[in-house]
Amino acid sequence: MLTVLLLLWPVAAALLLHFFKGRAARIPALGAALVEFALAAYAAISFSADATGQFSLNLPWISSAGINFHVGMDGLSLSLVLLTAFLVPIILLSAFRRNFENESVFYALVLFMETGLVGVFTAQDAFLFYFFWEVALIPIYFLAGVWGGANRAKVTFKFFLYTIVGSLFMLAGFVYLYFQTGPTANGLSAHNSELLSFYNLNLPIATQVWLFWLIFAAFAVKMPIFPFHTWQPDTYTEAPAPATMLLSGIMLKMGIYGCLRWLLPVVPQGTAYWQNLVLILAIIGIIYGAIIAIRQQDVKRLIAYSSLSHVGLMIAGIFSFTEMGMQGASIQMLAHGVNVVGMFFIADAIERRTGTRQIDDLGGLTRQAPVLTVCFLVLLLGTVALPLTNGFVGEFLLLAGVYKYNAWMGAVAGITIILSAVYLLRMFQRVMLGPDSSFTATFTDLTGSELALLVPLIVLVFWIGLFPNTFLHLSKDSVLNILNEVVIR
Amino acid sequence: MNSIILLSVLGLGNLFLGFRRSNRLLLPAAMLILGLVLTVNFIDWNQGPQSFFNDMLVVDNFSIAFTGIVLLTALLLIPFSEKYVLDGEASLAEYYSLLLFSLVGAIMLVSYNHLLMLFLGIETLSIAMYVLAGSDKRNLRSNEAALKYFLMGAFATGILLFGMALVYGATGTFVLRDISFAVQNPVNDSLRPMLYIGMLMMLIGIGFKVSAAPFHFWTPDVYEGTPTFFTAFMSTVVKTAGFAAFLKLLVQAFPAASAQGLWLPTLTAMCVLTLLIGNVGAVAQTSLKRMLAYSSVSHAGYLLIGLVAFNGQLEGASANGIFFYSLAYSIATVAAFGVLQLVANARMREDYNGLNGLAKTNPLLAFVLTIAMLSLAGIPLTGGFFGKFFVFSAAVENGYIGLVVFAVVMSMVSIYYYLRPIIAMYMHDTDETTAALVPVSSFQSGALLLLALLTVVLGVLPGLVSGIL
Repeated sequence: MLTVLLLLWPVAAALLLHFFKGRAARIPALGAALVEFALAAYAAISFSADATGQFSLNLPWISSAGINFHVGMDGLSLSLVLLTAFLVPIILLSAFRRNFENESVFYALVLFMETGLVGVFTAQDAFLFYFFWEVALIPIYFLAGVWGGANRAKVTFKFFLYTIVGSLFMLAGFVYLYFQTGPTANGLSAHNSELLSFYNLNLPIATQVWLFWLIFAAFAVKMPIFPFHTWQPDTYTEAPAPATMLLSGIMLKMGIYGCLRWLLPVVPQGTAYWQNLVLILAIIGIIYGAIIAIRQQDVKRLIAYSSLSHVGLMIAGIFSFTEMGMQGASIQMLAHGVNVVGMFFIADAIERRTGTRQIDDLGGLTRQAPVLTVCFLVLLLGTVALPLTNGFVGEFLLLAGVYKYNAWMGAVAGITIILSAVYLLRMFQRVMLGPDSSFTATFTDLTGSELALLVPLIVLVFWIGLFPNTFLHLSKDSVLNILNEVVIR
Repeated sequence: MNSIILLSVLGLGNLFLGFRRSNRLLLPAAMLILGLVLTVNFIDWNQGPQSFFNDMLVVDNFSIAFTGIVLLTALLLIPFSEKYVLDGEASLAEYYSLLLFSLVGAIMLVSYNHLLMLFLGIETLSIAMYVLAGSDKRNLRSNEAALKYFLMGAFATGILLFGMALVYGATGTFVLRDISFAVQNPVNDSLRPMLYIGMLMMLIGIGFKVSAAPFHFWTPDVYEGTPTFFTAFMSTVVKTAGFAAFLKLLVQAFPAASAQGLWLPTLTAMCVLTLLIGNVGAVAQTSLKRMLAYSSVSHAGYLLIGLVAFNGQLEGASANGIFFYSLAYSIATVAAFGVLQLVANARMREDYNGLNGLAKTNPLLAFVLTIAMLSLAGIPLTGGFFGKFFVFSAAVENGYIGLVVFAVVMSMVSIYYYLRPIIAMYMHDTDETTAALVPVSSFQSGALLLLALLTVVLGVLPGLVSGIL
C-alpha cells in the first residue's frame, strides 16, 4: 500500500500544482517532494532487509489479458526509490535558482516524472514496467525540450527517438515472453506478465540469445552504453540544469536497474552468451568517455562524458556476474546519483554567475568563493573515488568484481580511476585556481540556500564512504537473489 | 435498431427545426439527439442477438459496441461546429441532419446481416459525406474534394455492388451465414472463380471506403479540401464503421479456409502497402491537415493487422483489438482536428509553422494536441498505445510476427511526424502571423479537455473497455 502512495502522491501533487501560478508554486512543489521523501524514509525504516518483495499490491489492471497492477519493493528497489525521493527535492531547490517561464508547469512535470521513476523501480509486472518506463520519458522530453538551450528541439528529438525506439524493442521482447507464459490463476487469460513467471520460463538458449538484444536495447540506450550513447552528451548539455540532474542522477539508473531486474534473471543464458561482448563495450565506454572528457572545454559536457565513463564501470560490474560487482553497482548508483547532481549544480551555479561554461573563460574562483571550492572539491573527490568518499566503495567493489571475472578486463577498467582524476582535477585546476578572468572578477560565493542544498549531498558523500553498510545491507539479499537466478540456471 | 429509428426520426425533426432559423438552438438539439440515441443504444447490451427485417439486420454486442463508438465520436465532434453557429451559417440544420443520417448508415454497416444492408449502409453513409465534403460552396478546394470523392466513391461502390452480384450468383444468397455455408459446401465447383472474384471486388469496395492502399489516392486531396469539421467525421466515423463492416464480412461470410487462403494474402499485402504509404507519405507533408490525412491512411494499415489476425469470431482478441483501436483513434483524431480547426480559422494557415508558439498563446490547445499526437503515435499513457498493443499482440498470438515487426518499424517512423507539431508548439517561437491568441469558447475548451481526459483514461485504465467483446 505504501508503494501505491509513493506512486500516486507525486502525480496528485503535480495536478494540484496547477492551482498555483509562477513563483507561488515553489513552496507547494518542494513540500510535495519532501512529503514523498518522508514516505520513502518511512518505508526504509519499516523495511526488513531480506529478499522478499514488501509493501506490495497486486490488482488486476487489464484482467482479460492477465496484466496486473503489481507493485512492490525489495532492497534494490527501495534503495533506488530512496535515491529518487532524496534527489527530487534537491533538484527542485536547484530549479528555484533560475527563473523559468511557467514555473508551476516545470515543477509539475518534475513531480510527474517522479511517479514514473518510482513506478519503474517498483513494478513487478512487465507491461506495468514498460508503462512507467515511458511515463518517465514524456515529462523529461518536455523539460529538456521546452526549457532547454538554443539547439534543444533537434537534440531532444534525437533523445526521444533513440529512447523510444529502444524501448519498443524491449516491448517486443516482453510481448514474446508474455506468450510463453502460462495462464493466470483465475483462468481469465491464457497468459500473464508477472515478473516471476518470466523468471520461471527456462527458454531454450537459442531464443535467449536474440531475446537478450531486444530487451537490452532499451537499457543500453537509457544508460547509455557505448555505442548507443550519441544522444547523451548533447542532451545533457542542452537540457536545463534540473533536467540534466534528473537525467543523469536518476533516469540513467533506470537502465542499470532494468538490467538487474528484467534482463539478467529473465534471459540468464542469453546474457551469459553475450557477457564478454557487453563487458568489452562497457570497458570501451569507460575509456572512451574518459578520454573525450579530458578534451572537453564545456564544464557541463565534461561532466556528461565523465558520467558516461562511470556508467560503463557499473555495467561492467553487473555483467561480471559476481556479488561484489552487483553490490558495487547498487551502491555506486546511489553514489553516482549524489555526486553527479552535486557537480551539475555547481556547474550551474558557476554558469549563473559568470554566464559561461567554458573552462578557458574561468579561473581563480578559489579566492572569491572558498565555500564553493570546498564543496566542489568534496564532490569531485567523491567522483574520483578517493578513499573515505562514496565513490571509493562503489568503484572498489565494481573493479573487484570485474577483476574476479577477468583480471585483464579489471586492469583496463581500473584505468578509469586514473583518467577520471586527470580530467576532473585538470578541470578543477583551471576553473578554481589560476589567475582571474574577465568573467570571474566579480564572482560571489555560495549563498546560504545554495549551501543548504549542497550540505545533504556532501554529508552523503562521506556517509556512504564511511558507513557503506547502511545501504549495502539493504540491497544485499535482493542482489543475491538475482545472482541465484543467473548463476544456478 | 432503436438507434436507427430514433436517429432517422429525430434527424428529420432536426431538419424541421431549421425553419426556426435559430442556430443557437440547433447545436444543443443535435447534441441532445446524439446523447439520447447513445443512451438508448446501450439498452440492448448483453440481451443476446436480436434480428430485424427478416434477419437483414442483427443487433448484438458487437454492433452495439461499434455503434457506441460512432455515436460517441459524433457527439464529441459536434462542439467544434460552433464556428458555424457563430458565423450564422444558413444551412446548419441540413448539415446536422446529414450527419445524423450518415450515422444511420454507419449503424447499418456495423449491424448488417445481409449484403443489401451493407450496400445501403455504405451508400447512406457516403452520399451524406459527398454533400458535406462540398459544403464550403464558395471554396474551390471544397468543390474539388466533393467531386473527387463522389467520382471515386461512386466507382468504388459500383465495384462493391458488382462483387455482391457475383457472390450472389455463385451462392444464391445475400445472407452472411448462408454465404459462409455455400462457400464451404459448394453446389457447383465451376462457380468458384466467380465467387472469389466477387469476394475480392467487395474487399476493394470496402478498402476504398476505409482508405486502404492502393485505394487511398483520394484521401489526402479530399481530406484537405473538405471543411475540417467534416474531415474529422470522415476520418473517424467512416473508418470505424468501415472496419466493423469489414470484420463482419470476413468473419461471417468468408471464414472458410479456402476463401481465407485468398483474402488473407490480399489483405496482408494491402496492410503492408497501407502502412508504408501512409507513414512515408505523412513524413513528407508540411501541412498538418495533409499529415493527418496520411496518418489516417496509416491507421487503416494498423487496423488491417487486426483483420489479418483473424480468429473467426466477432469476439476475442482480434475484434477487441479493432474495437479498442477504433475508439482510441477516433477520440484522438477528433481532438487533433478540433485543435486544427480552431487554429486554422484564427491564423488562416494549416501548416506546422502555423502552430509555432501555440503553447505560449493557448496552452490548453497545445496540451490537447500533444495528447492527441502522442496517442496517434502510440506512446504509453494514452489510449493509442493500448490500441496498438492489443492489435499487435493479437497478431503475434496468431503468428504474424513479421507483419508486426514491420508495423512497429512503421510506428517508429510515425513518431517523427507526430512530434513535429509538438516541437512547433512548444519549442518554436511565435512570429507575426502566430502571435495572436486563438479564440476558443469555454464550451469548446471543455470538449477538448474531455477528449484529452478520455484519451488518458483509455491509456491508464484500458481494462475498462478492453475485454468487453
